Amino acid sequence: MNRVAVVAWNTFREAVRDRVLYNLVFFALLMIAAAILVGEISIGIEQMVIVTLGLSAISVIGLLIAVFIGVGLVSKEMDKRTLYALLAKPVRRWEFLLGKFGGLLLTLAVNTAAMAAGLFVALRYVKHPLERADLAVLVAVYFILLKLALVVALALLFSCYTTPLLAILFTAALYVSGLFVQEMRTYRSDTMAPAVQTMLRWLSYVLPNFENFDVMASAAHGRAIPGALILQNTAYAAVYCTIVLAAASVIFSRRNLK
Amino acid sequence: MASAAIEIENLTKDYPFGFLHLRKKTSLEGLTMSVEDGEVFGFLGPNGAGKSTTIKLLVGLIFPTAGTARILGKSINDISMHRDIGYLPEQPYFYDYLTASELLDYFARFHEFTAAERRERVQRMLKKVGLETARKIQLRKYSKGMLQRVGLAQAILHDPKVVILDEPMSGLDPVGRREVRDIILELKRDGKTVLFSTHILSDAEMLCDRVGVIVGGKLRGVGAPDEMVDMKPRGMEILFEYAVGDANLHTLLSKATQTGKRYRLQVAEEEVYATLEQLRGAGAKILSMTQVKATLEEYFMHLVEADRAQAAAVEVSGK
Repeated sequence: MNRVAVVAWNTFREAVRDRVLYNLVFFALLMIAAAILVGEISIGIEQMVIVTLGLSAISVIGLLIAVFIGVGLVSKEMDKRTLYALLAKPVRRWEFLLGKFGGLLLTLAVNTAAMAAGLFVALRYVKHPLERADLAVLVAVYFILLKLALVVALALLFSCYTTPLLAILFTAALYVSGLFVQEMRTYRSDTMAPAVQTMLRWLSYVLPNFENFDVMASAAHGRAIPGALILQNTAYAAVYCTIVLAAASVIFSRRNLK
Repeated sequence: MASAAIEIENLTKDYPFGFLHLRKKTSLEGLTMSVEDGEVFGFLGPNGAGKSTTIKLLVGLIFPTAGTARILGKSINDISMHRDIGYLPEQPYFYDYLTASELLDYFARFHEFTAAERRERVQRMLKKVGLETARKIQLRKYSKGMLQRVGLAQAILHDPKVVILDEPMSGLDPVGRREVRDIILELKRDGKTVLFSTHILSDAEMLCDRVGVIVGGKLRGVGAPDEMVDMKPRGMEILFEYAVGDANLHTLLSKATQTGKRYRLQVAEEEVYATLEQLRGAGAKILSMTQVKATLEEYFMHLVEADRAQAAAVEVSGK
């Protein structure tokens, strides 16, 4: 486990030195501008506007980092051959993969936590004082992080066997289709062959379900998020990530580093 | 007799290619050889001969199509084998956002050292490869030669019993090459086994107990450098100075290579004394005499050309 942590820490260090966390400046400016503006133009819906804007920004920025850095986690190391000296050390390939995943997840966690803190400062500015119901925002941030973990795992999987450009396309395609799994599951049409409908339903169970992680509306309206959903989403993300990482590990363990 | 540190048996590597990966290119074909414990072994061959393929197979970066290899009695698939080997990749490249100390510390963390041991080892290695003063500079600012030194430092950082170096001299200036040679000799003195690939035959001649020549994915010859080439002297080379014109020396001088007043003349062993007499009689000043032997380079070129001729013959008969 120590070796996984060593790789993870180095991946985090790389992200920090490559100035990935600079996006926080953009987020801070966005929150300051929104907090000032929202006080001027809206009456009574300050919380909704700030929370929706803040959570959307946290999600979009996180997704951009997860996809664009995630797809290079392995392929960049292979292209630059930085991996060669490392794999000659007593490090198993799956340990390297898990470390890369953990490192980017740590980066995203730090980034998301900083953005969440900024969101709460902005919320505190437009609405005094904060209430217990605002905890729903914290849960929404946690769900975003779970969603990002899934995206990183997928990006890492594609990073193991294809080019960064294709990996971006595949990850984005899976993400977008994962937003519509509920529709796929319940879609009924007379013009569609029954076999296609069955296939669509099966596919909806295989695809990552990103819909369940979206609780932005509840958070924006200060509605409590059920504990069962928190447990369910945590377990879903953990199991899905494990399966994707296991698949990535199987592929990468057989890969020749030419 | 010393035991083998590296045993390679019928190691073969094919790479599939083409749209459906149905065709294959053989990079290494049935390689069988061994490197004895404490030996410095040079792996020679032209570009694309299979040297790097063999090395990558040994350190587990690629997987064999057939055959096996063992290092210190352990299979190359055994991860614990990696504790005892050090590896320098060809044209090494490392995380350029790290400094040399940080990189070495990072690699040291994969071995079971305490923090104090790590610090001490990193310091010692940086000193050994002459990068003590550059230790706090990010690797993105390093020259190719400096990266090669960092690569060497990370390969020997954990005091491995077997050191595998892929083209350790490439990209180095004469001073750097000399330093790498010294490090290899020091490793030998410490009883380590060193396997390195190189294009530079003089380095191999100077450092290696044995060399293996690989051409076209096949091992063409293994042995001590002086055993591999025909060591029977071919004659003598006489270096002399001569300024006066003497018609009697005309035949001799026409066979010699002239540089200013100096002449370099190669003569058969049985003609040496007669030639010397003749030169002395004509007032030439003899500067030196050296035995002329076949070099490893000639042997190497002979093998490479034979391989090319064979490949051309196969191509013609194939048509």
